[in-house]
Amino acid sequence: MTNAVECRAIEKEFGVGDNKTQVLRGVDFEAPFGGITFLVGPSGCGKTTLLSVIAGLLDPSAGDVTVIGENINALKGSGAVKFRRRNIGFVFQQFNLLPALTAAENAAVPLFAAGVPKKRAVEQAEALLSELGLAKRAHARPSQLSGGQQQRVALVHEPRLIVCDEPTSALDHESGHAVMELLTKAAVRPDRAVVVVTHDSRVFNFADRIAHMDDGKILKTDVAALV
Amino acid sequence: MNFVAIQMLLGDKAKYMGLIFAVAFSTFLMSHQSSIFCGLMVRTTSQIKDVRDADLWVMDAKTQYLDEVKALTDDDLYRVRGVAGVQWAEPLFKGLPRAKAGDGNFRVVTMIGVDDSTLVGAPRDIVMGNIEDLRQPDAIFIDRVGYEFFFPKQKYELGKTLELNDHRAIIKGIYNSSAPFQNFPVCYTRYSQAIGYVGRERNMMSFVLAKAAPGVSNAEACRRIEAATGLHAATTDQFGWQTIWYYISHTGIPINFGITIGIALIVGTIVAGQTFYIFTLENLKQFGALKAIGVTNLRITGMILQQAALVGAIGYSIGIGMTAAFFEVTKNNLDLRGFTLLPQIAAGTFVAVLMIVMLASLMSVRKVLVLEPAIVFRG
Repeated sequence: MTNAVECRAIEKEFGVGDNKTQVLRGVDFEAPFGGITFLVGPSGCGKTTLLSVIAGLLDPSAGDVTVIGENINALKGSGAVKFRRRNIGFVFQQFNLLPALTAAENAAVPLFAAGVPKKRAVEQAEALLSELGLAKRAHARPSQLSGGQQQRVALVHEPRLIVCDEPTSALDHESGHAVMELLTKAAVRPDRAVVVVTHDSRVFNFADRIAHMDDGKILKTDVAALV
Repeated sequence: MNFVAIQMLLGDKAKYMGLIFAVAFSTFLMSHQSSIFCGLMVRTTSQIKDVRDADLWVMDAKTQYLDEVKALTDDDLYRVRGVAGVQWAEPLFKGLPRAKAGDGNFRVVTMIGVDDSTLVGAPRDIVMGNIEDLRQPDAIFIDRVGYEFFFPKQKYELGKTLELNDHRAIIKGIYNSSAPFQNFPVCYTRYSQAIGYVGRERNMMSFVLAKAAPGVSNAEACRRIEAATGLHAATTDQFGWQTIWYYISHTGIPINFGITIGIALIVGTIVAGQTFYIFTLENLKQFGALKAIGVTNLRITGMILQQAALVGAIGYSIGIGMTAAFFEVTKNNLDLRGFTLLPQIAAGTFVAVLMIVMLASLMSVRKVLVLEPAIVFRG
């Protein structure tokens, strides 16, 4: 198994009847372990929908999605939820940290969800934040953190697959680069992978592969040498 | 995740306070108005409760409640006395003469006339005086409300006089009455004297008070009295409830209070529900993020219900505390005595609040359950 993500002939439709819109039209896509794969393309081309399908947040209308060796189409209900909890990490454009929780508590939320007691979960999260250089910010609220710091909080667990939606578009150049370096560090391990949807050409040089999408299809994929 | 749920709720202080206020306000209105209503209904039976030495009330068969009676004849009294299973039976008069104090201050009073020889039905909670003094000429006992009305800001003192229907009445005792519905002062005197305080009719006896003989149940004694005399006989409890049901079914009191309590319930539910729903809508992306990272629908439902339960518990505690404080503050006011927060009302209000928070959270739960976690990727 060399690919963390394999998508075959993925189709996705929204709506019914006259309102039906086909967003993905037979997408084939791979994201190998040990690298960062970018999904780029114009707005509305289906990048975020494909990312949602890969992350198991949306069911495809047709096609097969294999993530870390698991056919996630076949996972239903709590099986899919548990799979996401164990294997997939998310980095969002708007960070989506819970404003009422501290950085450590936010980082501990996946542990809370897994049933780890609060004290232990927060201690573990503090240790992980410390590794990311955020020890002093562990008790700060999201509003007291910079955008880059918030993204780092979201990355604290190093899941096997990290899916990122515009992780740098709300950040300045320096913070964006810091986040991408963090993602690169996470992705270089042979059992990890990162898929990034972005418009931000400033960070294209971090990609190992770039899949170009338009009109619901992958038009071409550039690999590292070409990037 | 319980911790996360609570922190999310506390994080939005304005809505948190709004929710608590809505529940507290609703709790206060429901429990306060229910207590006043129950207090008023209990007041309608005050003169029944204050007769402690008789178990049975006998009255005209068409009597509906305490305050509207058709007088009985002396024969009726003798017939009740003659019923097997009746240990004793004595007359009771109830009328509404006007009393006037020396300074011209006047007021209608409820005058109860008890049997001259036995004093059955006389008050027992005496503040000043001896009930045997009721046997003296022109003697009356007056309740504290009446005394303080006719002799305001004066120390309790026996021997003061009132004028009733051109008759002199000498206050020989002061007692604590249960709070009456009409808030008239309640006076007691002997039967023979009481009937002189009101305009004479051919028959004057309002009720016959009776006691069942040993070995005969009150219910059985009532049945026998009714069978033998054609009069209506009821136990103290039965007559109390008969009077309460009369007021419930023939006055606007329950509708009036019911509307207030209903509005409290509806407004509480709507305001709490709307605020809670807006709170959920504003946190939708956070809930989406939680779903995305692997928090199950069941757990998210639990989080929302926990938030609702916390708001309900705090709001209920504040509201019920306000009601209890109100009655604590007013308990020494003679005009407001008898109004109290009953445990049954506290429990009933708790159930209503539980319903409010469950209904309030229902829409939020539904919204979050149908939420696509993919919402987290929408900017």
